Amino acid sequence: MTTLLDPTNERRVQTMERVGRPESLNGLVVGLLDISKPRGDVFLDRLEQRLSEMGADVRRFKKPTFTKPAPVDLRHEIAIQCQVVIEALAD
Amino acid sequence: MSTPTLPDGLVIVVKHECETCRLVVPVISQLKAGSVPVTVYTQDDPSFPAGVGAIHDADLAVSWHSDIETVPTVIKVENGREVARTFGWVRDEWHALTGRNDLGLELPAFRPGCGSLSVDPDLVDALRARFGGSVLSARRVETAAAEDEFEAMFDRGWTDGLPVVPPTEERVLRMLTGTTRTPSDVVAVVPPDLVEVTVEKIAINAVMAGCKPEYLPWVIAGVEAVCNDTFNIHGVLATTMPVGPVIVCNGPGTRAIGMNSGMNVFGQGNRANLTIGRAVQLIIRNVGGGRPGEVDRATHGNPGKISFCFAEDEVGSPWTSLAESRGVAPGHDAITVFPGEGPRCVVDQQARDPESLCNTFAACLRTLHNPKLVLAFDAILVMGPEHSRVFAEAGWNREKVLDEIHARLQLPGSELIRGANGIAEGIPAHLKDATLPKFRPGGLLLVHAGGGAGLFSAIIGGWANGDVGSQPVTREVTP
Repeated sequence: MTTLLDPTNERRVQTMERVGRPESLNGLVVGLLDISKPRGDVFLDRLEQRLSEMGADVRRFKKPTFTKPAPVDLRHEIAIQCQVVIEALAD
Repeated sequence: MSTPTLPDGLVIVVKHECETCRLVVPVISQLKAGSVPVTVYTQDDPSFPAGVGAIHDADLAVSWHSDIETVPTVIKVENGREVARTFGWVRDEWHALTGRNDLGLELPAFRPGCGSLSVDPDLVDALRARFGGSVLSARRVETAAAEDEFEAMFDRGWTDGLPVVPPTEERVLRMLTGTTRTPSDVVAVVPPDLVEVTVEKIAINAVMAGCKPEYLPWVIAGVEAVCNDTFNIHGVLATTMPVGPVIVCNGPGTRAIGMNSGMNVFGQGNRANLTIGRAVQLIIRNVGGGRPGEVDRATHGNPGKISFCFAEDEVGSPWTSLAESRGVAPGHDAITVFPGEGPRCVVDQQARDPESLCNTFAACLRTLHNPKLVLAFDAILVMGPEHSRVFAEAGWNREKVLDEIHARLQLPGSELIRGANGIAEGIPAHLKDATLPKFRPGGLLLVHAGGGAGLFSAIIGGWANGDVGSQPVTREVTP
């Protein structure tokens, strides 16, 4: 038998309950986060158009750079403004 | 395990095996007959010295906790605290410490002592684990008797695909002797999980990587250098591009720990080069949670993502070192981290003048990532000695070499715009009349390394640079 020291961060994964899916986007505030990849705005412009047609109040957000996580202030802003967020990664 | 308290009076630690300890037996008897209480601890033979009531320090706890390095050692204890000590047989010192000048007058004035059993190389690791293990706070993982510990570590996902050294308490405590820092010190917050990493966790992963204790300060500096917003290891890890942290080491310490800066500098065979870089990457994996296929989204990756670490050849270099060019004082140890792909070779076996050689470097550097992309990526030019000699003989310093290469990499926008030369990739069309440099100011780093034979150099391409992506970071290495 050998006793080893754990090289990992020893964190326990937390599971969190998801918010239920809304029946409709009509009247809801939907956040779209642009990660600042080239031409991501082309895709998001179209998405905004389609969502607006469905009655959503679309708000646009943008990360300073695609290479780093969204700053905490930006995440907080999205959380307090939006009821629905579409999160996606492009490449 | 509690630390033993030394009794007041005189404490003498001896071992029978030591000739000087046997020499001073009459002196110990003289002291024992005096008015000051004398306690004798023997490390090996319980009956030695006879007639003085010696206590057998069988587990060496007293010797370990009293930091006995040499026997005999005499410690003067008052109110439970050490106030003086001497070791070996130095008659004047024994007289001064005991306040008696009648001791050992028939003996020679001086005899050196012997090594304490508590610092015996065959015993010290086990003693450190027995008495110092409580400083380690990592979770203990026990492998079953019939379990292969190497397979167990693979199964737990702790490795980079190669076997790792089992991080036992003995090995981790020995690794920690390589630094003056406290095991619980937090060194950095490691992406992508943003978890604080302590000196202890770094030491555990350094053991697994195969490091020696003297490499540990370099690993710690490496972790500090990559885990910040400037270097942005999160992005370096997550990108689809084939980059990882390339670690360039400078300073006299690189030679002290036997790093390779010469022949086969990027290749196999040097323990320090390979294990320092590997340890940094294991920490990103095990502590940060950065694993391929998860946050690491590399399309191809490169073999250097296991380890890519080397030293600059400062002794043979005609120039100031990379670290000095980045603000580190001469003679100091430092590392520079760069988000780099694998090295590619630059061949020029004909050039004997610096202008011609610069033309070759510029032509090769222009192709970095795509001949039509500019300003977006940094690079390291690792110049081999047979190439640098051409510049040295012409009297060109580091700045002159870089300036001349940059001057040859001012590119017409008309060649770079999208669609030019039948290549869709490129810069926006409105820049067609601009002249643009391949590299941003400071975006080309120059390092001197490689074997003495071969008219070759190497280019290590970078990744998204500047505030958008990653900046090279230089940090001093401290004990």
